[in-house]
Amino acid sequence: MSKKITVSKAIGEALHEEMVRDDKVFIMGEDMAVMGNVFAITRGFLEEFGPNRVIDTPISEEGFCGMAVGAAMRGMRPVVELMYDDFATVAADPLLNQAAKMRYMSGGQATVPMVLRAPMGAGRRNAGQHSQSLENFFCHFPGLKVIAPCTAKDAKGMLKSAIRDDDPVIVLEHKLLYAKKEEIPEEEYLIPLGQADVKREGKDLTIITWSREVNFSLEAAQTLAAEGIDVEVLDLRSLVPLDWDAIVKSVSKTHNVIIVSEEVKRGSYAGEISAQIAEELFDELDAPVERVCGLNIVPPFSPTLEDENFPHPDTIVKAVKRVLNK
Amino acid sequence: MANKKYSKEQLTDFYRTMVRIRTFEEKAAECFTKGMLAGNIHLSIGQEAAAAGAFAAIQPQDYFTSTHRGHGHAIARGMDPNLCMAELFGKKTGYCQGKGGSMHIADMKKMNHLGANGIVGAGQGISAGSALASKIMGDDAVTVGCFGDSSTNEGTFHENLNMAAAWKLPVVWFIENNCYGVSTEIHRVTNTPDLAPRAAAYDVPFAVVDGTDAVAVYEAMVKAMDHARSGKGPYVVEAKVYRYQGHYCGDPAVYRPDEYMEKALENDAIEKMGKRLMDLGVKAEELEAIRKAADDEMNAAVQFAVDSEYPDPSEAVTDVYSSDNERCVAR
Ligand SMILES: Cc1ncc(C[n+]2csc(CCOP(=O)(O)OP(=O)(O)O)c2C)c(N)n1
Ligand SMILES: [Mg+2]
Repeated sequence: MSKKITVSKAIGEALHEEMVRDDKVFIMGEDMAVMGNVFAITRGFLEEFGPNRVIDTPISEEGFCGMAVGAAMRGMRPVVELMYDDFATVAADPLLNQAAKMRYMSGGQATVPMVLRAPMGAGRRNAGQHSQSLENFFCHFPGLKVIAPCTAKDAKGMLKSAIRDDDPVIVLEHKLLYAKKEEIPEEEYLIPLGQADVKREGKDLTIITWSREVNFSLEAAQTLAAEGIDVEVLDLRSLVPLDWDAIVKSVSKTHNVIIVSEEVKRGSYAGEISAQIAEELFDELDAPVERVCGLNIVPPFSPTLEDENFPHPDTIVKAVKRVLNK
Repeated sequence: MANKKYSKEQLTDFYRTMVRIRTFEEKAAECFTKGMLAGNIHLSIGQEAAAAGAFAAIQPQDYFTSTHRGHGHAIARGMDPNLCMAELFGKKTGYCQGKGGSMHIADMKKMNHLGANGIVGAGQGISAGSALASKIMGDDAVTVGCFGDSSTNEGTFHENLNMAAAWKLPVVWFIENNCYGVSTEIHRVTNTPDLAPRAAAYDVPFAVVDGTDAVAVYEAMVKAMDHARSGKGPYVVEAKVYRYQGHYCGDPAVYRPDEYMEKALENDAIEKMGKRLMDLGVKAEELEAIRKAADDEMNAAVQFAVDSEYPDPSEAVTDVYSSDNERCVAR
């Protein structure tokens, strides 16, 4: 049995089911209790679970992310939320020096089973401090797991796994996916972290991507199919851990790769994957791997400028043709 | 209300500034609702007396920082509504050439406006830093950091107030307390009725004033600016205001009790100042003329913005760096 719900509803269901299942799970962040989150994800939670488990914080990101680390070390499972991933910079120490490093530096004594939900991404005309895709920033820090699902089904199943995971997990949620309605299973399910998903099979080229760019890649794939080019869309879903086996399998089949993300191109996680493929799968490649990312600029406000700054389906189509020399 | 005597002209100036701010924002809201603006805008309708009063006390050589709710500060500072509106539209003629938008209006060279900001609390460090620069360079500028109630719960508030106090920096922090950070009523997440008294912990003087009374705000700010300019260090002024709209334009603000707006409308700054002026003998027609002039001015600003061009897509890569931009952006 399946049902059709929005991505934001799917995320809400994951939180709800996990809060019912485990009373150690609590949620905390700005405007998520009384208002039920700026994207209405946690509406009704305060009434159901009460103010100890559904906490409106002051605008104190460093403070409440630090609290999440402390509560997690004591065995709670906090799911904290940043209103935008851009504000991770304000909470950098608790996330990057504390949550990420606690287990290692205590010689394995500590576990920090916290989840940070962080809305990300371009396209809403919110300018430089509200539009960033910071995959590279989070993936850089050993100790953090990082996921970036695209579909409602993946968003729900992976968030549930993230909450049950004993490591800190960063969940990157693209703001322009929230309103998308999609089929998900009626019954309870989990999707493990670290498993990529082939969203479209193809034989000519592999598009490795995640989050909203999965949808753009699928659109591009359709356009290309009409021209006789058959691309595979590999949705990583999970960035750390990375499903290397899935990459090997796909690249060994298609021998051509582009990697699509909304990140600033320089220093991107897309670049990291490209490097790994170049190092280890060189013999499989018919052409150099191309990264299709944002520009090396600050996200601009004006629509005419912002549209230059993230890959669209036609950008992807062009890149595929370039790599295939068509 | 302040008991000093003010001339009709002075009070009329406050009235005009407040009306211009409100009119600018009403026009912007109209454009936003019609889908002419991309992104988001945050309106300061209801908070005009705070901006008008504060900026009357700020001198041309002074600097200031602003926030996501910053149109009023820009207008009160005397910035050009055409260029402000064009920025809201993302047009090339805007203050930031369309790169920043509503939350990032700035005019650093002519108006010493160090920028509105999308990061809550960011102006606290920037304003203190600007004051540090003034101290090091020995100029007589004071920097005013304008920000909202809820931003005082960021750690940077305390870090910077402590340093500013220890180093006697010429900075004034102007808190517009509208009691809300998005949906969160400040007292649900803050243990004190007022925010400015936190300054006492750093031995910094402070004042809490009625932010719907432009004159009261002005007087508090004059005192604060004098204090900072005379080398005695920072000063914190908290103005109690009302935010008539939701957090952003289009937010229905269902989280807010009806009494909030009832009280707000009883204290409408523009109406109160209008009445005060009429009591001093100003005619209704004179006030009407001010409103009409503002209406014309802001209609023209909208027209200017509409008629302006969007930036060319090639401009996406300009101005990331001050030198060697092309190479730095290329790879
Ligand atoms: C660091 C950071 N955290 C959260 C936000 C999201 N946000 C934008 S405005 C705002 C509320 C700010 O409240 P206040 O400081 O009182 O200013 P007001 O909106 O009332 O003018 C929040 C939470 C942000 N922009 N930056
Ligand atoms: Mg406020």
